[in-house]
Amino acid sequence: MTVKYTKDHEWIAIDGDVGTVGITNHAQEQLGELVYVELPEVGAILEVGDEACVVESVKAASEVYAPCSGEVIAVNEELADAPTTVNEHAEGDGWLFKLKLSDAAELDEAMTAAEYKKFLKELEE
Amino acid sequence: MTDAAHEGPLKKVPLADFHRTHGAKMVPFAGYEMPVQYPAGIIDEHNHTRAKAGLFDVSHMGQAWLHGAHAADALERLVPGDIKSLAAGQGRYTTITNDYGGIVDDLIVTGHGDKLFIVVNASRKHIDFPLIADAVGSEGELELIEDRALLALQGPSASKVMAHYVPASQHLLFMHGADLRINDIPCHITRSGYAGEDGFEISVPTEAALDLAELLQSEDDVMPVGLGARDTLRLEAGLCLYGNDLDEATTPIEADLRWTISKRRREEGGFPGADRILREIAEGPTRKRVGILPDGRAPARAGTEILAADGSPAGTVTSGGFGPSVKGPIAMGYVAAALAKPGTPLRLLVRGREIPATVVALPFQPHRYHRV
Repeated sequence: MTVKYTKDHEWIAIDGDVGTVGITNHAQEQLGELVYVELPEVGAILEVGDEACVVESVKAASEVYAPCSGEVIAVNEELADAPTTVNEHAEGDGWLFKLKLSDAAELDEAMTAAEYKKFLKELEE
Repeated sequence: MTDAAHEGPLKKVPLADFHRTHGAKMVPFAGYEMPVQYPAGIIDEHNHTRAKAGLFDVSHMGQAWLHGAHAADALERLVPGDIKSLAAGQGRYTTITNDYGGIVDDLIVTGHGDKLFIVVNASRKHIDFPLIADAVGSEGELELIEDRALLALQGPSASKVMAHYVPASQHLLFMHGADLRINDIPCHITRSGYAGEDGFEISVPTEAALDLAELLQSEDDVMPVGLGARDTLRLEAGLCLYGNDLDEATTPIEADLRWTISKRRREEGGFPGADRILREIAEGPTRKRVGILPDGRAPARAGTEILAADGSPAGTVTSGGFGPSVKGPIAMGYVAAALAKPGTPLRLLVRGREIPATVVALPFQPHRYHRV
């Protein structure tokens, strides 16, 4: 399984033609405690870069974008009652939705873990 | 918490080092670099303030003395509140109004014998102070206080903490103030705040502000709290944020601040926009600020469109978000007067979806002021 990262601070774990999407630990740190997650609808067809769902902290609502085109085949229902799972396990149990990828080649440009780490370091400077 | 357009570099508050030491995340607010939160985070800071005590830096706010035997008369030409009757040490919340009855700013005025102590919003001081100086003219003098920080200690433990350092602070009632010393630091202390809790605001000389902040912060019950939690606390308390809930097109009557206009001022008038404001007192305003409780968990932020139950446009949310003590979304907004009654069903248009909501009485969280 490969994990890729976007400049908008999403991660996508690719397993065959299914990608599991969430926000990165860096993103949750920046947002602070989440109070609401608006998930996409199962069956929704997303193009790469589309607004897929919304995560809301006390301060603000932030869009999460689709890192790759595809169909939403599952959403993390548990987040409805426990949005802070995203804060506790952003890159694990706090996943947001699963996509059936229509063109995994779109992810060729996305960053590897090492590249994302370097990207964050550059942001800080 | 929107930041009005301000030119030039951000100003630093006297407690900038305190915020850095305690790990605050700093953001631009009203032209100042201010702490939005500390490492504990907005929700913990909020809950701590409700349970014990939060220490807030509100040094960005504008402080001034208005001197002169006729200072109260002069100020009454700008505000509909009763200033002339203020006893020494007594404070009052009021608004500066414009000729259309709209609110230029909301402020607190405290009597001090031969002068008045005035605290205005950071984002509005450049407008308020020239207006006040003009109003007083040659009858007095507006002295801007630029060598003092302003700290707020808010929450049920505030009184106990203050008692360690200034026993006399215990005798202050809500909205009263006095000149008192904390460890030999000369302070002007008022029993007031904007969290809906018992608490104090402490005007302290800049050079002593850091020591005082560290002293108060070192108490077990005290945690530093940023502007993020200040906003959730005041929203739960149903208190207005200038620029969101109050502006120059909104009258005190629309804002449900009728209580700030005394009987004498209603009879005498003599403040800007009196025609409209007095007419709205008599006949009722066309729209009114209300509390709104959305169903479910999705926050409805400022700017959210409000619809009546039949889907017709009804108004706009002016403050909205998550209330940590309420444990759910809460909002305030303006609706047509016919829809202002608690229990009225509304709908909120959040990202294209209609969320059912209900008008509720304010505050969301009962006030716990020290009144007697």
